[in-house]
Amino acid sequence: MKFKLTFWRVVFVVIMGLGLYSTFVRFFHGLGAVSNMSDQFPWGLWIGFDLLCGVMLAAGGFCVIGAVYLFNVERLHSVVRPAVLTAFLGYLLFIVGLLFDLGRPWYIWHQLIYMNPHSVMFEVGICVMAYTTVLFFEFLPNVFEKFNLQTPIQWIKKIYPVLIILGILLSTLHQSSLGSLYLIMPSKLHPFWYTPALPFLFFGSAIAVGLAMTIFESTQSAKAFGRHLELPVLVDLGGALLVALWVNALLRFEDYFHRGMLRQIIKPSYEAYFLWLELTLAFVIPITLLSFKKVRLSANGLYLASICTVLGFITNRLNVSLTGFETYVGHHYMPKWTEFSVTLMIIAAGFALFGLAVRHLPIFPEVRIPLKERLRTETAPVVATAVLGHAAD
Amino acid sequence: MSKALLYDATMCIGCKQCEGACAQQNTLPYDDTVAAEPVQSAHKYTVVLEKSDKFMRRLCMHCEHPACASVCPVGAMHKTKEGPVVYDVWKCIGCRYCMVACAFAQPKYEWRSLNPRVRKCIMCPDRVVAGKQTACAEICPTGATKFGERDDLIKEAGNRIRQNPSNYLPRIYGLNEAGGTSVFILSSVNVEEYGYPSSAKIGETPMPEYTGRVMARIPDFIPVWSLVLGGIYWVSHRREEVAAAEAEEKNGSAR
Repeated sequence: MKFKLTFWRVVFVVIMGLGLYSTFVRFFHGLGAVSNMSDQFPWGLWIGFDLLCGVMLAAGGFCVIGAVYLFNVERLHSVVRPAVLTAFLGYLLFIVGLLFDLGRPWYIWHQLIYMNPHSVMFEVGICVMAYTTVLFFEFLPNVFEKFNLQTPIQWIKKIYPVLIILGILLSTLHQSSLGSLYLIMPSKLHPFWYTPALPFLFFGSAIAVGLAMTIFESTQSAKAFGRHLELPVLVDLGGALLVALWVNALLRFEDYFHRGMLRQIIKPSYEAYFLWLELTLAFVIPITLLSFKKVRLSANGLYLASICTVLGFITNRLNVSLTGFETYVGHHYMPKWTEFSVTLMIIAAGFALFGLAVRHLPIFPEVRIPLKERLRTETAPVVATAVLGHAAD
Repeated sequence: MSKALLYDATMCIGCKQCEGACAQQNTLPYDDTVAAEPVQSAHKYTVVLEKSDKFMRRLCMHCEHPACASVCPVGAMHKTKEGPVVYDVWKCIGCRYCMVACAFAQPKYEWRSLNPRVRKCIMCPDRVVAGKQTACAEICPTGATKFGERDDLIKEAGNRIRQNPSNYLPRIYGLNEAGGTSVFILSSVNVEEYGYPSSAKIGETPMPEYTGRVMARIPDFIPVWSLVLGGIYWVSHRREEVAAAEAEEKNGSAR
């Protein structure tokens, strides 16, 4: 095995290096040194992106599991394993991210003994812990299959219905509760984003993004791992995404309409620009794209629409958590480079672990293209392939 | 039996002795540099602000229904029956939700520390339990900060406004804000000018109610939603089982 220097490997090493430096700063010089968080902005990028967006991006797991096992949509079966893997890794990394953000991460287990049932954060914490455990069990069969352990597979099969229902229940609770976190700040959060409907909006956006992420990662994996692209599956997901986007758009409209905000949101202002960006990316572009049958039936069209959706809802959650507080605070918050670098490190680790899992576990069991051919067909390698893709040589 | 503080800005001479007494009570550094800092921070729980020769004190309001206590996942903040909202540092995990949730932006953080704590005025709970005044009220030379029974102080504040209507704006800030607090402010100018949130904006609803409405539904939601999910699962898989059983039956009879 020879170690080859490729572009993406260099990028990966640089990200990891900077990330480790930031980790050092975080744990040896404190939160104040590593971030631009302050008494005015106690929550920054790590809550806005790593927590709010991270959990949303990992929603594909429960969306696909729900469709396949709850509603028996057999056609989607081939995306269950990658979706569960993404969700499992996503939640693990999200917990790692939380360890950076918490001021006293070594006391994180206090959640289990000093419970405050009135706290939304407590509910989110417990649900995330429980759901990560559920995802671990949903992920385990991959490992058992790899080592051909039939007995434990049978055990998990027995409890699978419970795992599925528990997983969806926990997801419903904590995906919506992330929105409830902000319900207690009516005087601080800008009215564009503060609404009693926050839990519903967060749950709705989790489903839309869950579907979009499944399309995105299937396409990306197909490119990166030289897999055959299962277009019919993606087309189904694209149809579902269009419906989910319409439902989300309708919810948003209803919310603004009932709160009498329609006139304000079209008036130019600092917040309005961010709102327009969010609405354009999350709704206008993907709904327009997906409304054309030609786009809905093409791999590239679906890919583009899903990327737009994901970016749009990321903008939405950053608006809720960061932009929406700037007027109240009276100044802007811009994350320090070390904050970005920790987030990037976690994402890069996610890509690498995904690649590692795909290479060594039966995540995509049905297709095995010879390695040589795979290397040749590689068009848009992700970091993961670049870093680990040639490890097998 | 709950205690409270009444701060009358018209009586305040800006001597800042309350700042110093507070720092001493909480073993915080206090010198001319700290005294000159016009903001509250992890080492300055209370501050006396000056604007065109008029003074205003800021400190934790010790809400009757504190948002900080309701949001803390580990219950590190709580309202004592004596009135103070206190902080148990050994429980705290450092999520800083209390800071984000507080409508008065009172909790501050030790951003430079490796084992950071949330810092805010805790209304000298040890002294209060021992039947003494808070350090700031005790030292105040003019009686601008007064410690006493919450009900008595509300009455007194009302009397002061009635007896001297030209001296005061006709409102007791803190009486109804966010469902009522244990710190009341009387002044001749709007407290909003000194960074207090406007009464109209925070309203009179106790902050915990905003989340309470949702959280209260969860105990009902869990069994109902589980049943719905289980039902869907059962129906969609029952169909499969029936189909499989029928197919087997057919095979059996064909044999």
